[in-house]
Parts: sequence; structure tokens; C-alpha cells
Amino acid sequence: MAVPAIELKGITKTFGHVVANENVDLVVNRGEILSILGENGSGKTTLMNMISGIYYPDEGHIFIDGKEVTISSPKDALDLKIGMIHQHFKLVDVFNATQNIVLGINEGKFDIKASTAKIKETCEKYGFEIDMNKKIYEMSVSEKQTVEIVKAIYKGADILILDEPTAVLTPQETQKLFNVLRKMREDGKSIIIITHKLHEVLEISDRVSVLRKGKYIGTINTADADEAILTEMMVGEKINLDIERSTPHDSVDRLVVKGVDLYNKEGVQVLHDISFTAKSGEILGIAGISGSGQRELLEAIAGLQKISGGEILYNNPKTEKVEDLKDKTPLQIRNLGVRLSFVPEDRLGMGLVGNMDIVDNMMLRSYRKGKGVFLERKKPKQLADKIIEDLQVVTPDTKTPVRRLSGGNVQKVLVGREIASSPTVLMAAYPVRGLDINSSYTIYNLLNEQKEKGVAVIFVGEDLDVLIDLCDRILVICGGRVTGIVNGREAKKEEIGLLMTKGYKAGGEADA
Amino acid sequence: MLVSFLHRAVMQGIPLLYGSTGEILTEKSGNLNLGIPGIMYVGGISGVIGAFIYENSLENKADANGFLAIIIPLLSCLLGSLIMGLIYSFLTTTLRANQNVTGLALTTFGVGFGNFFGGSLIKITGSAVPSITLTVTSSFYSKTLPFASKLGWFGEVFLNYSFLAYFAIICAVVVSIVLNKTRVGLSLRAVGENPATADAAGINVNKNKYFATCIGSMIAGLGGLYYVMDYATGIWSNDAFGDRGWLAIALVIFTVWRPNLSIFGSILFGGLYIVHNYLNDIVPNMTMSKQEIIKIAPYLVTIIVLIAISTRKKRETQPPASLGLSYFREER
Amino acid sequence: MRKEKTREPLIHIAKRDVLPTWQSWLIRIGSIAAALIFCAVIIVLLTGENPISIYATMIKGAIGTSRRVWSMLQNVAMLLCVSLAVTPAFKMKFWNIGAEGQVLIGGLATTACMILLGNSLPTYLLIPLIFVASMLAGAVWALIPAVFKAIWNTNETLFTLMMNYIAIQIVSYFAYVWSVPKGSGAIGVINGTTHNGWLPDIFGQKYLINILIVALLTVLVYIYLKYSKHGYEISVVGESENTAKYIGINVKKVIIRTMLVSGALCGVAGVLLVSGTDHTLTKDTAAGRGFTAIIVSWLAKFNPIYMVLTSLLIVFLQKGAVEIASVFELNDSFSDIITGIIIFFIIGSEFFINYKIKFNKKEENA
Repeated sequence: MAVPAIELKGITKTFGHVVANENVDLVVNRGEILSILGENGSGKTTLMNMISGIYYPDEGHIFIDGKEVTISSPKDALDLKIGMIHQHFKLVDVFNATQNIVLGINEGKFDIKASTAKIKETCEKYGFEIDMNKKIYEMSVSEKQTVEIVKAIYKGADILILDEPTAVLTPQETQKLFNVLRKMREDGKSIIIITHKLHEVLEISDRVSVLRKGKYIGTINTADADEAILTEMMVGEKINLDIERSTPHDSVDRLVVKGVDLYNKEGVQVLHDISFTAKSGEILGIAGISGSGQRELLEAIAGLQKISGGEILYNNPKTEKVEDLKDKTPLQIRNLGVRLSFVPEDRLGMGLVGNMDIVDNMMLRSYRKGKGVFLERKKPKQLADKIIEDLQVVTPDTKTPVRRLSGGNVQKVLVGREIASSPTVLMAAYPVRGLDINSSYTIYNLLNEQKEKGVAVIFVGEDLDVLIDLCDRILVICGGRVTGIVNGREAKKEEIGLLMTKGYKAGGEADA
Repeated sequence: MLVSFLHRAVMQGIPLLYGSTGEILTEKSGNLNLGIPGIMYVGGISGVIGAFIYENSLENKADANGFLAIIIPLLSCLLGSLIMGLIYSFLTTTLRANQNVTGLALTTFGVGFGNFFGGSLIKITGSAVPSITLTVTSSFYSKTLPFASKLGWFGEVFLNYSFLAYFAIICAVVVSIVLNKTRVGLSLRAVGENPATADAAGINVNKNKYFATCIGSMIAGLGGLYYVMDYATGIWSNDAFGDRGWLAIALVIFTVWRPNLSIFGSILFGGLYIVHNYLNDIVPNMTMSKQEIIKIAPYLVTIIVLIAISTRKKRETQPPASLGLSYFREER
Repeated sequence: MRKEKTREPLIHIAKRDVLPTWQSWLIRIGSIAAALIFCAVIIVLLTGENPISIYATMIKGAIGTSRRVWSMLQNVAMLLCVSLAVTPAFKMKFWNIGAEGQVLIGGLATTACMILLGNSLPTYLLIPLIFVASMLAGAVWALIPAVFKAIWNTNETLFTLMMNYIAIQIVSYFAYVWSVPKGSGAIGVINGTTHNGWLPDIFGQKYLINILIVALLTVLVYIYLKYSKHGYEISVVGESENTAKYIGINVKKVIIRTMLVSGALCGVAGVLLVSGTDHTLTKDTAAGRGFTAIIVSWLAKFNPIYMVLTSLLIVFLQKGAVEIASVFELNDSFSDIITGIIIFFIIGSEFFINYKIKFNKKEENA
């Protein structure tokens, strides 16, 4: 057998106490397309960043053409003819395409015109269409991606890594990209493509390697695979988590989301006609590949993002009035008497202030209370003590800045604070990400308690086992669209997995 | 009178041009070096020290050798400003210190350094007035083109300057070309705009930052040298250089980070700096107090430009995107 | 053939999680000690004296006589006052380097009150009016860049820097308008015989009132930042704008309000300098304190209580170095050099608090 273009052996990388990759092996041959498949946080991007010199592995060996190499900087990777197209493009906005492409290359005389001509040749060979003189900030996402790919090829990359290249593309653009990739394969280049979309994996790749929770699961030939097999490898066996789940009672519609559209800062539509209802006394799960619009959806409900269409209605249990939360700021929402709590995904960057102590973090929601100009720290202190005791937060004292706490304790503080204001709607985004088993169960129990108190809980999760065992209903979204709503008690893991990756069905099944 | 005004405006503008050219180069790499005023002081005093040592080594001042008289102060000026650039780079790039604080500390240090050695030299010479006079060296620095005086107003406005003045313009043009037309410039701008991208493209971010900051400092330092050797005819007195360093930073914004525009901008600023001396004859009742008001002009137009670029949001006229930030590859 | 690379990077820099407080202070104190040793070497090279006698001279220069102690306390108070003023804005990550100008404009308002109203208003009205006018003037001067920052995100560092020089020129203008004698460009001592609008001596001490006012301000700013709702909002905005939005803080409003506070405090510094110290106004009245204050505030991690120590350190160094300079016949500006070097060391030491350096062990088969 031929020597593989690239071989990884026993790669391990940790960030602080989070293990991103554990003992991963991988083989890529010349002239093949390898897909890397895995759920969020399975360590795909981290692994690729080590091949491209962004991170340096803690342990393990990398072989290129059978020779062991050290890749300690992006420059080393380039010298080894490895090119990576990052999910967040590495382009200089105020430069034009040519300038970005020739950046960092040393090829004799510096002559932009000559380079432009040379780049155009490359483009013609693979069928790219870009205006070389267009500035990056004037380009569409797909144009930017094209520039990235041309850049990698132009720099002589033989091994090309693409991190979720189709996430931002239309189906037509995706087909174009795949044609290019096939041509490159014929040219003898090795291509690694990270994607979540199973049909694309099956369409484009020769072999598929699967990672799960930082660990290497296995590789199969695409010819031997189908969606079911891949889903199973990706999500693993259904594990029973033994989370207690009570039957909802006296449920009423608490939050009704109707036809919500939302565009992000770059003008890309990230939510398409989202509709669902969150009921009191139940947990509504939201499943989906990360970046499918979960964050934007929750932030839109919380008043942090402006929606361009649709409505978000809240049934106030006290006044029996229906409030439209559209176009309201978080403060206005609060002043309407809407008791909405939100545990955001970015705990220390949004939900908490890392450099403040626990007491001060308790006050984030409540500091405005009271008339005077001064803060009232007594109640927050009591709350902090209560949370530390009830949730068994491990901390030297209440004066410790929260960023010094471990991930699980940080989350207990955040969730503890959010439920302390006795909400009627509680939204939690990835509340157990990075947490150990015990902390995770503490969080599940808290959510269940809230549910039993009649709170409408919205739980955005990534672990399908948890979603199935914890939630009463699960809303599945893909690419900013609702692809289905399933009953948590009856749902199969594969079923959700398929809904998450398959793309949207015509017509939608959004009516719950 | 217009001729003499233009001539003086250019003379005033040259130190600003050096300062702003150096600062533009530095800022293009993402380093906001607020130490420029200090660096220009150090450049000036280092040149003075060089000249002083040279003049004192002469037994007879008439023996002065033109080449040595120029090269010794020039090299010591460059060395002094290079060291300042290295201090700034080491602290902000290698040790990732806050750029504003480092820059301000560098200015305190540099102005102090200038005045300390200036004061010490004054003491050594035992001069009656608080200044050092280096006429011999200065005479070589302020040599103008020989045929300038024969060409009337044209000669006065365009030719009647010393080599350092022309060198300033050359520097600005060269920096402009390097930034916009060369590979080095492309890499440098990439570092200032988006260091992570530059890094991924295999460009050594730290090396570029060091390079730009040190060369930039040396260019700025020449502004100090020009000021004392030509403009001030070889007379150093403490604090005489004034706030020209800050004006140079204003000029960077005014010209929206383009050294070729700086050439005209510096003359405009130079003109605004001295215009009050010339208004006496045109404007009736031109009092000293009104002159002070007119001196606001360069700062005011800079603020207007700053507001204009921030409201118009045109990408080409924005400051380098990573200006003022440190870069750390593994930041997550 | 491609070059074979089997070396490991020798040094690897990683961000530290968190360093215990005592360790980080140990590093800072160590850096000051290292700086003092470094300075001693320089001084020895320049003077040939032994370093211990030099530091003895330094201490003597700073606190050798009661007059010197008072003068040092006065200088600490002034520097501390400006540092307190810039701190709320910095805590919010608003790089206001325009304190110099805000102090001057405050001083200008003081001067205007003293000159124009000094003989017509009784003291008990004049002094409060001076404070109000000066605080207002400083606040307006700070408000202008703040508004542009809040609405258009105009770069505040460069904007406030330019505002300094506009303030200097305006002061120079009035220095001519009010000059005594006419046309000299210097205002001279205002109300030198009547002392109208001068802050009073307390217990026969000229500067005591300044020191007391600044001490009071220190406590007030400390309380404002730590115990008021405003202070809390400032911390949240400074730490994370995302969190601020998440809990519904109007970031623009906080930026503008905080800069008003900063500017008003600079105005107080203007009063203390003009009405309480110099009794005149020149464009050098602020004497670079607007810039030094940034360093003081930053070194103290924006904590007003630590700022007492850092401003004391800097003034002590300056005074001490001036004494060294005069005893060893060096120049006064020597103090700026010493201060600069020590600040370089302290700034540099922050690196070792935030990052750790790992030396990779060489692999045996390399």
C-alpha cells in the first residue's frame, strides 16, 4: 500500500482541564477525499488546527509522506504543503482577492498584475469564478470561500482541509464547490472535509472518519456506508441516563413563537420562519448541529437580537395578558413583568462577569432593585450563600472571582442565579457543556424542579441522550429551519440525528 | 511674503513629516505608538550628543570634516531612536503590554532623556544661556542646494532646503511605495489589519511588528534631528521641540494613514503652526491672543477628520483594524 | 527536498489560568526592586557614588524636611486627584487620555471666576461657584468625545488626545486676554492682595485643604465605583459589553454618564491647581499629570486605594530623583528617566502574571 499523505498517531490536546482530543489516529491518502464527521465539541476543528499549525499538540506524532514532522506554526504547515480553509475565513477585509492570495508567498519579483494573471490560470483550471480586484468586504460568503480555496491551491497545498465549507453555502454553490473538489482529487491532492451533512458526506467523500467526544471512533469506506450507519457512529449507542422525568400537568401555552425570521450582522438569514410553542410545566428541547440558529433564536426571545419578521408572544400568567416581545430590549421585556431567565451559551462572556465575585454576579439581574443610588449586597450575599450550599458549589468563599471556579461550579452559579428570580420561562443554552457527570445531574435536577414548578423550560442541548431522557418534546432545527418536533418519550436517537443533518423538508413540520 | 511663508511652512512641516511617516509605518503594523513625541526628543538629543562629541574632538573648528560632521550625529540619532523603538516593541509585542500605557511612559522617558542630556551638556559647556550651540555641525546640516538662490521665488519655495528636508519627502514616498506596492508592505498591512490571518499565511507577526516599529522610530527620530540641526540652526534648548510629536500623531489621522498625503499635510500643518506670524500684515488687530486661537486649527481639523472617518465608515480610511491590540496565537 | 523538521519549539507561551493574588503582587514588587537595582547601576555609572548613599539622598530629598513632606503630599494629592478622575472611564475600557485638557479647562473656569467675579462676590458664594463652574467645564470637555464614541464609535484615544491641545491653546489665548501686565502672555498671581477665590489655609497649612479634598474624593470615588449602581454598571460594561447588553444596560448612556463624571473630577483637579495651589493659570498647569495619571491608575488596577500607593510611589521617585540630580549636579529631568525605567519594568512584569512560559524538554530521539 502507498504511503499515506498524512498520518496522525495518538494525538492529544487539552485546554486547561478540557480534553479536546484524546489519542486520535487518522490516515489520509493521496488523491482521496476524507470526511470527518462528528457532533459539536467532538474535537474535529481542534484536530485540524493542529495539522495546520494553529495549535500544538500535547502528545502524539504527525507523519507527512511517512516522515515524522513538527508543525509548530502555520508557516511550518505551509512548508509541508498543508492548506486549511477555516470556518471563520482568514482574510484581510480591506485587501482585494489577489492581495489576499499572494499574502505571505515569496515568489521572486512582487508584481500584482503578473500574480493576478497566474491566479486566473489556476482559477480556470478548476473552474473558479472570482473578480480578482474586488475587496473582501464587498464579497459574499461564497466568494470569500472561493478566495480561501484559491489561496490554498495557489500556495501549492497538496493537502487541503476544509472546515464546514458548506455551512454557509446555497445548494447550488455547494455543488460548484464539490465539482472543484473532485477536480482537485483527480489532480492527486488530498482533501479533508469537515461537515455535518450526511448526504454531502455520502456524495463527496471516499472514506469517512468519525470522532465522538474527542475520541477517534473509526473510519469506513463511503461505499459501505449509509446515513443510518454514519448516524450511529456519530451519536453512539443510546445510553440510558436515568434522569427522572415527570409527566407535565396543567400545561398552558406560555411562549408562542410564530414565523420568526432573523438576519445576522453580515446580512445572512439565520432563522427562517421559526414557529413553536413552549408550554408551562414542560421541558422543550432544541436539538441541532451547533450554528443552526439556536443561539440567535434564544437571543431573539431574550431581546438581544432584532427579528425581521414574525412575532414572539408571551402569555403573562398574572395578568392573563398577551405581550409581544418583538422589538423590545431586555429591560423593556423585564418591565413588562415578563419573568424570563436565560442561561446563555457563553457563560463567562455573557451570563457572568469572570472578574467579579459570586455576590456581584448574583446582582447582575437584581442590582436595579431599590430606590437609592447604592447597591444592596445583603440579599445577593444571602442568595450566593444559598446557591453555594444548595448546589454544592466548590469555592473558597463568596469573594472569589467566578473565573477561578471550575466549569461546573461556574454553571451552577449562573443557573442558580437565573432560577432564583422565579421565572416563568427558563431558557438554557448548552447548560451542561464541559461539565462533569455530577454537575450535569445537578443541572438536570434543577431544570426538572423548575418544570414541576410550572416553568416553561427551553433546553438547547447537543447530547441526544440527554435531550431524549430529559425533554418532553424536542424541536429539531437545521440551517435555521424547524425540521421537526418529536415527543421525547418516543423519539429514537437516529430519527433526531437524521432530522438534524438531513436538511429541511419541503413544507416543514413546524406545527406542534 | 507668500514665498517666505511657504518656505517657513515647509521648514516647520519637515519634523512633522518625519514623525508622521514613522508613526504611519508603526501603526500599519497594529502598534499605536504614543511614544513618538518622546522618540523625536531622543532622536534630537542623540544627534546633539553625537555632534557635541565630534565638535569637542576637533582642535580647531575650522578643520571640521563635512562627512564626519553629518554622519556622526546622524548615526547617533538613528541609534537612539532605534533603542526607543526596541523598548516599545519588546514591551508591547514580546511582553504584550498595554500599548497606550507603554507609549505614554516612553514619551515621559524620552522627553526626560532629552532634557536631561540637554541640561547636562549645557552645564558642561558652562554656557550663559540655557542652550547648546553646535554651529559647526549645523552648518553642514543646513546647507541648501547651491543654485537655489539664483532661481528667485521658485528656488526659495522648492529648492532652498537642506538634504534632511528632501530626505523626509523621499522617506514618505518610499514608505508609501513600500506599503502599497511591495510584498513587505502587503505583509505588514496584513499584520496590522488581521494578525491571525497574517499568521495563518505564514507571516511572522512579531518580526513585522518589531521591524515596522523600529524603522518607524528611526524615521521619527530624524524629525528631532532635523529640528535641532537645521530648523533651530544647531541650538538645543530644553523643551524647545514642544508638542510637535503630538502634532505628528494628529497628522497621521489627518492623512488617513497615507504617507504620500503626509507630504502635503505636513506643509499644511506647518503653515497652520506659523500662520499667525504672517497674519499681522493682512488682518488688522492681529493680537498675540488671536494667534493662540489660530494655533487650534491643526487639532481641530484632525478632530473633524476623525469624526468624518468614523461616521462615513468607509473601509479604506479606517485605522488598521487591530490597532492597539496585542496578538496571541492560541487565544480562544 | 523539503527541510526536515524534527525540532520541538523550545519555548512555548501559554495563557495562565489565574495567579494567586499574593504571587502576582510578589512579581510586581520584584519588578520594582529589579528596576531600582537597574537604576542604581545607571546612577553609579553616572556619578560614581555608592548606590546606598544615592538612595539615602533620594529619601532625604522626598521626605527630608517637613516642608518637603508637605510638598510631596501636595504633589501626591494633585496626581491622585487626576488619577481618580480618569479611573471611572478606564474601568469602562474608555481610553481617555484627555485628562490634561479636561484639567486645564476646569482650571480655566476657575480662573475666569476668580478674575471676573473675584471682587464682586463674597467668598461663601465664590468658592462654591468656582467648583460648580469648573466641574461643568471639565465635564463638557469630556462629554464631546464621549458622545462621538457612543454614537459613531469614534476612536476616543485619538480624539481626547487632540482635545488636550485645543484646551492648551484656549488657555494660551486667555493667558493673553487676562495677562498682567498686558501683552506679557502670563496671568500672574490672581487676586494676590485680596486672596479672593483662593482656597483657604487650614491650621496655617497652605496645601492642607487640597490634601483633604483629595482624600475625601478618594473615598468617594472608591465608594462610587464599589458600592453604587453606577459603579457596578461601569464594571460590567468594562468587563464585557455582551454581559451588559444581556442584563439590559444601555451601554451608550453609561459611556456618556461616566465621562461626565471623569470630566467633572478633572474639573476639581483644575480648581485645586489654580485656586488651591498656583493661584494662576498657564498652559503647563496640569504639568503632564493627565498622562502620568493614566499610568498611576493602570498600575493600581483602577483601585482608588491602591492608587494612593502608586501615586505616592511615582511622586516619591520624582522628588527623590530631583534631589539626586541636584546633589550630584545632574539635571532635574533625571527624575523622568528614573520614573520611565521603573514604569517599563512594572508594565513588563504584567506579562509574567498573565502568561506562563513552558520550556519543552528535548526529545531523546530528536
